[in-house]
Amino acid sequence: MNAIPIEYGLILAGILFMLGMVSVLIRRNIIFMLISVEIMLNAAGLAFIVAGSKWTQADGQIMFIFILTMAAAEVSVGLALILQIYHQLKTLDTDAANRMRG
Amino acid sequence: MSTIEYLWLVPFLPLLGALLLIVVGRSMSKAAIAWIGAGSVVLSALVVIVIGIGFLSSPGVYEISVWQWFVVGNLNPSIELHLDALSLIFIFVITFVGFLIHVYSVEFMREDSGYARFFACLNLFVCSMLLLVLAGNLVLLYLGWEGVGLCSYLLIGFWYEDPKNGYAARKAFIITRVGDTAMLIGLFLLFSTFSTLDIETILSAAPTEWEQGSSIATLAALLLLGGAVGKSAQLPLQNWLPDAMAGPTPVSALIHAATMVTAGVYLIARMYVVFELSPVAMTTVGVVGAVTLLIAGFSAITQTDLKRVLAYSTISQIGYMFLALGVGAWSAAIFHFFTHAFFKALLFLCAGVIIEALHHEHDIFRMGGLRKQLPFVFVAFFAGAASLAALPLVTSGFYSKDMILWYAWAGEKGNGLLYAAGLVGALVTALYTARLVIVTFFGSARTPVSKKPGWHMTLPLGVLAVLSITTGFLEVPHNFWHGQLISGFLSDVLPATTIQPGSEAYEWLLQLVAVMATLVGVFIGYYIYMATPGLHEIVKMKMAPLHGLMQAGWGFDALYDLLFVRPVTWMARANRGDIIDGIYTGIAWVTMAANRAFAMTQNGVMRWYVLGIVVGALLIITLGIFV
Repeated sequence: MNAIPIEYGLILAGILFMLGMVSVLIRRNIIFMLISVEIMLNAAGLAFIVAGSKWTQADGQIMFIFILTMAAAEVSVGLALILQIYHQLKTLDTDAANRMRG
Repeated sequence: MSTIEYLWLVPFLPLLGALLLIVVGRSMSKAAIAWIGAGSVVLSALVVIVIGIGFLSSPGVYEISVWQWFVVGNLNPSIELHLDALSLIFIFVITFVGFLIHVYSVEFMREDSGYARFFACLNLFVCSMLLLVLAGNLVLLYLGWEGVGLCSYLLIGFWYEDPKNGYAARKAFIITRVGDTAMLIGLFLLFSTFSTLDIETILSAAPTEWEQGSSIATLAALLLLGGAVGKSAQLPLQNWLPDAMAGPTPVSALIHAATMVTAGVYLIARMYVVFELSPVAMTTVGVVGAVTLLIAGFSAITQTDLKRVLAYSTISQIGYMFLALGVGAWSAAIFHFFTHAFFKALLFLCAGVIIEALHHEHDIFRMGGLRKQLPFVFVAFFAGAASLAALPLVTSGFYSKDMILWYAWAGEKGNGLLYAAGLVGALVTALYTARLVIVTFFGSARTPVSKKPGWHMTLPLGVLAVLSITTGFLEVPHNFWHGQLISGFLSDVLPATTIQPGSEAYEWLLQLVAVMATLVGVFIGYYIYMATPGLHEIVKMKMAPLHGLMQAGWGFDALYDLLFVRPVTWMARANRGDIIDGIYTGIAWVTMAANRAFAMTQNGVMRWYVLGIVVGALLIITLGIFV
């Protein structure tokens, strides 16, 4: 089986990461922002996997498992925060949650 | 020895009185305040008399150490009291005159709302002054020195509601401070040489440590003289004393005539060894005294305020004491201090009665005719004035002034110029005293008398009047008969003055000349102010520029105003915004501006924060790759 060239994997990871980042920046709905952050995390994970397969090392996969674990924890905290924001402000718009300005 | 053990009570009793009055004086009745205020000084005076009797039975030098004050390196001054003949004379005068003036003040200040404050300050003053003259080391002396300065300041500005009085108080404090600073530097100099400030040690070590006429001895003596000049209102720091008359009259009598202003005389007499090492400093002391006694005497002729006449006369008389110190006539200076304390306190207390009786009228030309209206005050004032003018044979001032004039001529360090200054001064003194008595007590009454003094006020007048006449007999000239009690008493502490050989023959002649000077002065006064009515106005008109100059105290106030006060106030005005402080306010302003700028980035919009993180991360990555 022909190995997929490493550049393809890294470019895919880069595109995913940029997509996630841009949507974090332009989205106002907080749930979409959370999903975008997840995309960025997975892009980073993909980069690890690709790098691991390149050097035939298990480190990349271990790092991916770490990222998954961290993402699970982060989502639980993030969802709890979202619930609180919705409870307080009756909206999911992040621009409405600007009461802590300087 | 047994009674001298109780020496510490002498300054302690007034201190206790002052503390009591400061702490609980507000809630006391006036009678209680008077009992504590005057009583503490009366007790102190009694202790002094008991100690004096003990001292006379076994004279000597006593050191009573009360406790160790502090130890810093090899500076370890203790609260130690030093009793010898010199300090005994001073504590006697301080407590005795102090006690009379306290009794006087009981009535004088009765209507005043600051009764407790007045007595508290006065007691504190007596305590500080006693510490000053009893101190066994110069640190304790300096404590007393500053203490009397503080009390003088508080009491000159006693009626602080009037800004003029506050100004006079500040003036007195600041000008004496100039002298005090010189003195403090002098103390540093002494300490750097002797590694101690114990007076006895310094006096015994100075002749071996320093050569006769060495420049460091001159410097030390001149710096001490600076302190003495400030405190004793001598040239060039004399101009605070006339303004100090803003205080209540008992204060003028006690502090600014009898005791505090003679502290300079005491300091020089106490440190006489240092001065004897330096002929330059001795000459300076003599010249300062001679010039001061002349300029102050001439100023006194032209003053119209009763108390200012007496103030200038005090400066002039202390000038005599400095003249005596300058020619090495130590005991003559102390003797003149002794007689002056009585007759000048008497004159001030009489002035207080007169001013009270005439609705606070100070101008002598609006008094007149008081001889008939206040006969007792007239008799007392006349006794004091006769003593001040040195009327021959019967007054104390005659004997003390004659002694100074004699030593100014015949003493080893005396010379014709100093003698001439003293002689002219004697004439001027007689002139202004005659003027004062004639204008105040003779002629027609110009202001009616509204209030007669009670016994609290007349008793001190009587006692002081008797003392003004009689204390002179303690020390009569050598050629009269042997009765030199004061100089004999002081001979353990202060050396006798050496006389130029062959001058004894002139003593009668010199006394005759001095008597003539006094009588001529009195006669001129009589001629101008009494015998020919209106003549003094003509004289005043003819000599208008000189009269104006003398009335303004020879323009020293204006000169100092121009030289010191105006530049300082100008700098203060120029620097109102505080230029140095601008740097620090600038730093504070930049910090606050940065704070405002960064606070604006905290806008609460989460996407901005994310953008910030992204841009920051890109920046760091870029830096990591390319730099």
